[in-house]
Amino acid sequence: MEGNAGNFTVTVKKSPRYVDMDKCIACGECAKKCPSKVPDEYNQGLSKRKAIYVPYPQAVPLKYAIDAANCNYFKKGKCRNCEKVCPTKAIRLDDKEEIIRLNVGSVIVTAGFKPFDSSKLLNYQYGKYPNVVTSVEFERLLSAGGPSGGHITRPSDHGEPTKIAWLQCVGSRDLNKCDNPYCSSVCCMYAIKEAMIAKEHIGKGFEPVIFFMDMRTFGKDFEKYYERAKACGVRFIRSKVHTITEIDEAGKLGLKYVTDAGEIKEEIFDMAVLSVGMEPADSVAELAKTFGIELNPYKFVKTSDISPVATSRPGIFTAGVIQGCKDIPQSVMEASAAACCAGSGLASARGSLIRTKEFPPESDVCGESPRIGVFVCNCGTNIGGFADVPAITEYAKTLPNVVYAQENLFSCSQDTQDKLVEIIKEKNLNRIVVAACTPRTHEPLFQETLSNAGLNPYLFEMSNIRNQCTWVHSDNKEKATDKAKDLVRMAVSRATLLEPIPRLSVDVLKHGLVIGGGVAGMTAALSLANQGFPATIVEQTDHLGGAAREIIKTAKGEDIRKFLADIVGQVEKHPDIKVLLNSEVSGASGFVGNFETQVTSESGSQAVKHGVTIIATGGHAADTGEYLYGKHPRVTLWHTLENAPEKLADADTVVFIQCVGSRDDSHPYCSKVCCTSSVMQAIAIKEKHPDMNVFILYRDIRTYGERELLYKEAREKGVIFIRYSLDNKPVVSPDGDKLSVKVFDPILQRTLLIGADYVNLATAIEPADNSRIAEYYKVPLNAEKFFMEAHAKLRPVEFASDGLFICGLAHYPKPLDESIAQAMAAAGRAATVLAKATIDISPMVSQVNTDHCIGCGLCAEICPFGAIVLEEVAGKGYRAKNIPASCKGCGLCASSCPQKTIDMLHFRNQQIEATISAAAISAAA
Amino acid sequence: MTEPFEPNIAAFLCNWCAYAGADLAGVSRLQYPPNLRTVRVMCSGRVDPVFIIQALKEGADGVLVAG
Repeated sequence: MEGNAGNFTVTVKKSPRYVDMDKCIACGECAKKCPSKVPDEYNQGLSKRKAIYVPYPQAVPLKYAIDAANCNYFKKGKCRNCEKVCPTKAIRLDDKEEIIRLNVGSVIVTAGFKPFDSSKLLNYQYGKYPNVVTSVEFERLLSAGGPSGGHITRPSDHGEPTKIAWLQCVGSRDLNKCDNPYCSSVCCMYAIKEAMIAKEHIGKGFEPVIFFMDMRTFGKDFEKYYERAKACGVRFIRSKVHTITEIDEAGKLGLKYVTDAGEIKEEIFDMAVLSVGMEPADSVAELAKTFGIELNPYKFVKTSDISPVATSRPGIFTAGVIQGCKDIPQSVMEASAAACCAGSGLASARGSLIRTKEFPPESDVCGESPRIGVFVCNCGTNIGGFADVPAITEYAKTLPNVVYAQENLFSCSQDTQDKLVEIIKEKNLNRIVVAACTPRTHEPLFQETLSNAGLNPYLFEMSNIRNQCTWVHSDNKEKATDKAKDLVRMAVSRATLLEPIPRLSVDVLKHGLVIGGGVAGMTAALSLANQGFPATIVEQTDHLGGAAREIIKTAKGEDIRKFLADIVGQVEKHPDIKVLLNSEVSGASGFVGNFETQVTSESGSQAVKHGVTIIATGGHAADTGEYLYGKHPRVTLWHTLENAPEKLADADTVVFIQCVGSRDDSHPYCSKVCCTSSVMQAIAIKEKHPDMNVFILYRDIRTYGERELLYKEAREKGVIFIRYSLDNKPVVSPDGDKLSVKVFDPILQRTLLIGADYVNLATAIEPADNSRIAEYYKVPLNAEKFFMEAHAKLRPVEFASDGLFICGLAHYPKPLDESIAQAMAAAGRAATVLAKATIDISPMVSQVNTDHCIGCGLCAEICPFGAIVLEEVAGKGYRAKNIPASCKGCGLCASSCPQKTIDMLHFRNQQIEATISAAAISAAA
Repeated sequence: MTEPFEPNIAAFLCNWCAYAGADLAGVSRLQYPPNLRTVRVMCSGRVDPVFIIQALKEGADGVLVAG
């Protein structure tokens, strides 16, 4: 790579694929005939694949490739079986490596991770005992697409296991047997998940056991999952297994471990699953060299807490596990954050490379009687080999309104597409049915063909006779043919009633509203403004900064006060950011691209018009009545001691108590940041007063990721950690003007009495009162009153309704670096809306016939997207009104309308009923 | 001898999950009896109870709603 931010030249080596992507239809004939079998990497080598292969069935694009290192032709110069059998002539054995030069403004490094190599741990005998497997291998054993079809089998004899152990922290939190002192962050959750799924698969009598050090279920809804696993019978044993021994011919395993009370135990298991940790991908060293970016001591890409996706080199960003161990939601957030940062640098070039496609004008088919053309695809032999395509085509000709039918070898090939356009014009067709593969992949292609022929794209219907017919009934040509005829008849019945639907688009107001002026809100506003989109921040208090004003340092030791001063300065000075202090949102209406929000302050109310809404209302530490808080002046909360260090001048002992009113019935979730916060405070005290006694009373220490290093440092500095359980909590009582703390130490197996100068409590982090915001924008809250994102993993910063985004503590408790990444992600996603002058909306939306509407409001109540509202009509009361821009076309409103006065465009009652009538009677009958 | 009973089953599949699952079953070449006749809908919530009654009334022997 050469150049600088804004103007890099990157040279990319593209390995040959030996398969023409445009021609391959992924029929699999090549793999069937390929003689070379190799271990399947995707199934962790537990099954075989061929030298010509797709990595896994869900691969996108679904196209084959040749693994030259294992191909007979490339190794010995002969075979070419794939070339002989490929029905589309897609094999390119003369394909060559390509060198591509790209001119880009920024680079995002997302090279990922590799699982820890367990064969390094001799005491677990991985690789020697067949029934010791890694968690990644076990994941494949659980999968329906895996080597055993989802039926869990013991590798030694393929019998069904009845007792499986999971061993946590294999290759994580370990400097003794490997060099990975960090926590891999994800293994506790995936082990619980594997245990739960295994329990579902195997059923009664199955005993899953998880051996762990600290259970780190710190993410959103993770703690509840942990509790559910316990209730479902997953046994959790807090101990590190020191040896695994094979005890019999059948391969049963003896696991030796020490209990809390110091007793040595041995338990027998059918299998042991090693919960392997994460290491940066092997390519990281070379990438770091090529791009000139720094790595941290554990070889992850180095970033700071205040710029969590920026590498050490301007213009180069990073996301995912290559930056540090994390789960899917966090990786997805960082990916959007990195895209946002890259977008800021490229803002001036936005839209400059766009080309628009031109289509001929649409002919008006209204009033014409249906003239349906049916095209039945052979898909090479994929359909033609397993169903009688000529018979299906002849059958299609007999159906009502069909004026033309023909078969194609490949309907999707470019020349067939061109011919289709000609036939449509020549035969004056006004409805098209293609019986081929699946509309999920090919409908857009054929709809474009219709547009090219001057037909509205919604005059098209696809009949799925490959994926859902010949591929799944390949053993019965007669039945497959009958079913294909039925499917074609259903499609024709529906096509008869299809109607043209005009394109729908809405204008976009290029302005963002950010609710909340904390770090998340300010970061989101700055990220929007730096991409060229003005933003307004609405802040309830008289200052910016939010919860971060209480904190001194980030986990990596960065100065938060200095950062806050910087970012507040940037926000206040930015010409495109307007800050409304002492203000609250008091009402909102509108939809993506066109919101109008009422903002109220003491001086009155004003309307803000905006295209997107980012909610960053923050959170705060919960109050408590436990442990004498509020009754004794030496019992403090969260950052009180840290912010008043003079209190400690003549103190001898400080006790921190974790999980106060947290991970219990009052707050059934982990607040994620408290362990790290108390550990950092304890370290700071020890640095200043090495002789002071510092205790941390905890339930599980959850210093995930590289925060684990802080936990290690605290122990090295002499901080004493004592674990307590929910059923035997510490007791704090007054002792003169000081305090006395009674706690049971499970290692010493006795109760300790600690005389303390101060007791500092870490209470749960609660969200702000979000009920009204949720109501105004019709977005959901979860049981704990945090906002609920559209999808925990795949859409972590968006709501199900378009144009609304979420970040920071309002989503879930999280440390500063994650709040910043999430805020950038929200702004990045919001920019995808703001970057357009108009947004195209799927016109398959609801349609209300107000003549019959009685204004009952059931539709508005039931719509998950806020796409139907009640509107007052003079003299008539209320009537339902649809908002097409918010509608996702699900049809909940239509199916629940008691008056049957809501219908769905393209999925009208009549159209569905016609399909049902055609389906109800079989062609064979 | 009478022919064995072959039910005709109308299936309402959600475009985003069950229909995609049925496609994936095809990609994976999983074999199942050819008795399903699929009606694709944009959400299983689109399935009005009337549709189910209609299918049964007009000759379907069973109805599957998957989403």
